[in-house]
Amino acid sequence: MDPLLSVDPCGLYCAAGDFHVDPWRPVPRAVVTHAHGDHLTRGCGRYLVAHDGRTVTAVRLGSDARIQTAPYGETLSINGVTVSLHPAGHILGSAQVRIEHAGHVAVVTGDFKAAPGATAAAFEPVPCHTLVPESTFALPIYRWPDEALVAADIAAWWDDARQRGRTAVLFAYALGKAQRLLALLPDPLPGPVFTHGAVERLTEAYRHAGVHLPRTHHASSYRADNPDHAGALVVAPPSTRASPWLRRFGDVTTAFASGWMRVRGTRRRRAVDRGFVLSDHADWPGLLRAIEATGAERVLPTHGYTEVLARWCRECGLDAEPLPTAYAATLDDEEATPTLDDEAHDTGDDEATP
Amino acid sequence: MTSFTDLYHALDGTTRTSEKRALLTDYFREAPPEDAAWAVFYLSGQRLKGLVRSGLLRQWAAEVADVPDWLFDEAYNAVGDLAETIALLLPDAEAHAQLPPLHRLIDEWVAPLRTATDDERRQRVAAAWGALPADARFVYNKLLRGGFRVGVSKRTVTAAVAEAAGLDTAVVALRLMGDWKPSAEAFQRLIAPDEGEADTARPYPFFLAHPLEGPPDELGPVTDWLAEEKWDGVRAQIVRRDGQTFLWSRGEDEVAFRFPEIADAAHALPDGTVLDGEIVGWRDGRLLPFTELQRRLNRVSVSARLLSDVPVRLFAFDVLERDGSDLRQRPLAERRRALHALLPDDGLGPIVPAPTVPAGSWEALAEHRATSRDRGVEGLMLKRRTSPYRVGRPRGDWWKWKVEPLTFDAVLVYARPGTGRRASLFTDLSFAVWRGDELVKIADAYSGLTDAEFRELSRFVRRNTTERFGPVRAVTPTRVFELACEGVNPSKRHKAGVAVRFPRIVRARPDKTPQQADSLDTVRALAGLDSDTT
Repeated sequence: MDPLLSVDPCGLYCAAGDFHVDPWRPVPRAVVTHAHGDHLTRGCGRYLVAHDGRTVTAVRLGSDARIQTAPYGETLSINGVTVSLHPAGHILGSAQVRIEHAGHVAVVTGDFKAAPGATAAAFEPVPCHTLVPESTFALPIYRWPDEALVAADIAAWWDDARQRGRTAVLFAYALGKAQRLLALLPDPLPGPVFTHGAVERLTEAYRHAGVHLPRTHHASSYRADNPDHAGALVVAPPSTRASPWLRRFGDVTTAFASGWMRVRGTRRRRAVDRGFVLSDHADWPGLLRAIEATGAERVLPTHGYTEVLARWCRECGLDAEPLPTAYAATLDDEEATPTLDDEAHDTGDDEATP
Repeated sequence: MTSFTDLYHALDGTTRTSEKRALLTDYFREAPPEDAAWAVFYLSGQRLKGLVRSGLLRQWAAEVADVPDWLFDEAYNAVGDLAETIALLLPDAEAHAQLPPLHRLIDEWVAPLRTATDDERRQRVAAAWGALPADARFVYNKLLRGGFRVGVSKRTVTAAVAEAAGLDTAVVALRLMGDWKPSAEAFQRLIAPDEGEADTARPYPFFLAHPLEGPPDELGPVTDWLAEEKWDGVRAQIVRRDGQTFLWSRGEDEVAFRFPEIADAAHALPDGTVLDGEIVGWRDGRLLPFTELQRRLNRVSVSARLLSDVPVRLFAFDVLERDGSDLRQRPLAERRRALHALLPDDGLGPIVPAPTVPAGSWEALAEHRATSRDRGVEGLMLKRRTSPYRVGRPRGDWWKWKVEPLTFDAVLVYARPGTGRRASLFTDLSFAVWRGDELVKIADAYSGLTDAEFRELSRFVRRNTTERFGPVRAVTPTRVFELACEGVNPSKRHKAGVAVRFPRIVRARPDKTPQQADSLDTVRALAGLDSDTT
């Protein structure tokens, strides 16, 4: 399918450089786009990640993993193949992987967000011959509203909850979305913010990497009878929704922030009071613009609506097919079951339970 | 809050029924009657018909949004709702015009479509899409095709109107029945003080029986009860007033044209009569299966051929009105006597008094019930002799004591995504049983599993898809489920040669291999049918 990239039972493989990109089984050498559970596999011999992603990757892998980092844009040679990492705008330290060998350039975007944001270096298109883009939201129904409008909606929702004497509980992936939401809260904060342990650990990692985030308190310090804690906002992983962990907050109103909230059926299935459309992935116009900006001739979409994006690209005259993969069945999960994708981001085991 | 779009979003924004009802009550208190009327109409599940075909709406939206048909279909499959798909696909409106009040939206942008040509319709719909803000577009699309699906039932709407107007729910329910046409005047009549008025045509709200869960002897002495067969047909009221005859089904459709023989016979009833009963297919002194009766329900017109193929009768079991006076508060035993005074024992043509089942003891009734399936009925109805004719499905006076469902084990063979809340989960499932060494599809089932089970099953479907036919996937036949149904009838239209009535999933049978699923002959035998000979 491509001079540089192929797929073997462990995942996307560059034979010339003898390394994998985001392998789904342990391999000797892994180049990793970002630290979400569906891209980062434990047990690999060596990892290469973007410099900004070191702390969050280490939180995920534990301290004994061999993690090598590279600043964005710096070129490395792996077995004679030129490799560099470029900002993907998805979460802190998320990277696109550029691979060049014998005059051919391939780019694997990993998950990416085309619009800029405060908690991740902004995506930049990288010119290439072959592009492996993600296609999680590759349907024209997915168009993201302006981030500032969503921030205003969240602030108004929190206000309303405070006036009704309810605790506002906002569900978001512990890594990435939670920190982006924190950065979008009004400044100064109108009330205290509590975070679930899984969120707090990664929020600390963000602060450690120099991202400015508002003050948060660990949820275990919440006291229903403390008047200073009235009208609080709680940020927690979606897995806590139906758990007894929530009870400590008394009367709550719940919301979920995700690109999937664009569709009403998904919102209702989530059984939350509010859904905010806020995604760390590219929307449909963002995907199309990004693909065009790379000038790629060959497009091999992966994750989600791969067939749709491939067919669209073919109809635009590009050589395109879904990235063929033995893992397709599982990737396909995320295509049609947004809830599973949401949870895939929480697969940091320690995060799955409160 | 007087804007319908705001109301819609507020209703959509809460999962609590009590809050939905409170929102509706506030709306009906404050909204201008000309808007409130349409809100009642749409939220109780009605729609204006003949406005625009969904296929055209789809086509125009794809053109305006500039997406190819295949991509529109992919989007629709992900969303599961046409109105929403269109609202999400259209480019953002240029002008953020204020949405006009509901009645004006309907008068200017919706109702005129009925008499327009398709070209005019396209122009008007596209203009509305261009002028309306995104959230209002969704509401507009719903006005065109109906089906708001916002977790509000007709009953909730009725209760909210009644609360807002300070009326008894039954009064509002009565006023809302039948062919209710929304207008400011209609809404004002709906909330007007109760003067016991009733339109000539209106039936009464149906009294529905609750399923009996415990043993029947908990109901007290059997002599307090009247037992009838539970017919598997179409519940209907005959309304005879001012020299006119109406036949209302429980879905509140006027169905006289589908059952002209019943309507004709009803002309012989005296003015001021309302009977309640069940329409069943009946030929040569025998009950026909429900699938036969269904042929009378789904046709635009009923041909002479169909009339003779599927003759019907109405088993009348109650009198709600006699000589123009409402009998519903009289005890059932008295209403029964009135019934027999109105109808000869052998019936007025196809209108026949429903026979009662002798109730010597609970044991005798239980024995009778045990043979229900042989008679083609669903079980027994138990009605307290002193019961008034109530509204809705309250517990206590009327019980349906159905026979246990038939159950069998079948293999999952096809799956497709559901719609609305269940879009993108595979919830519409097809099951097969064995005919020799071949699996033959026998039933479609949509219910009986929890969301978590559907999620797990959806993962299975994606990993085990062998073929795709549009949104439908064929899967490796490995998963066995226990299905329940109310009956199995011969059918020429189904590949298995049988139609399964009310199939639903009881539970997964992970302990069974597909080879251990039941055979078609076993299923036929359950229902007392002979072995399959095809």
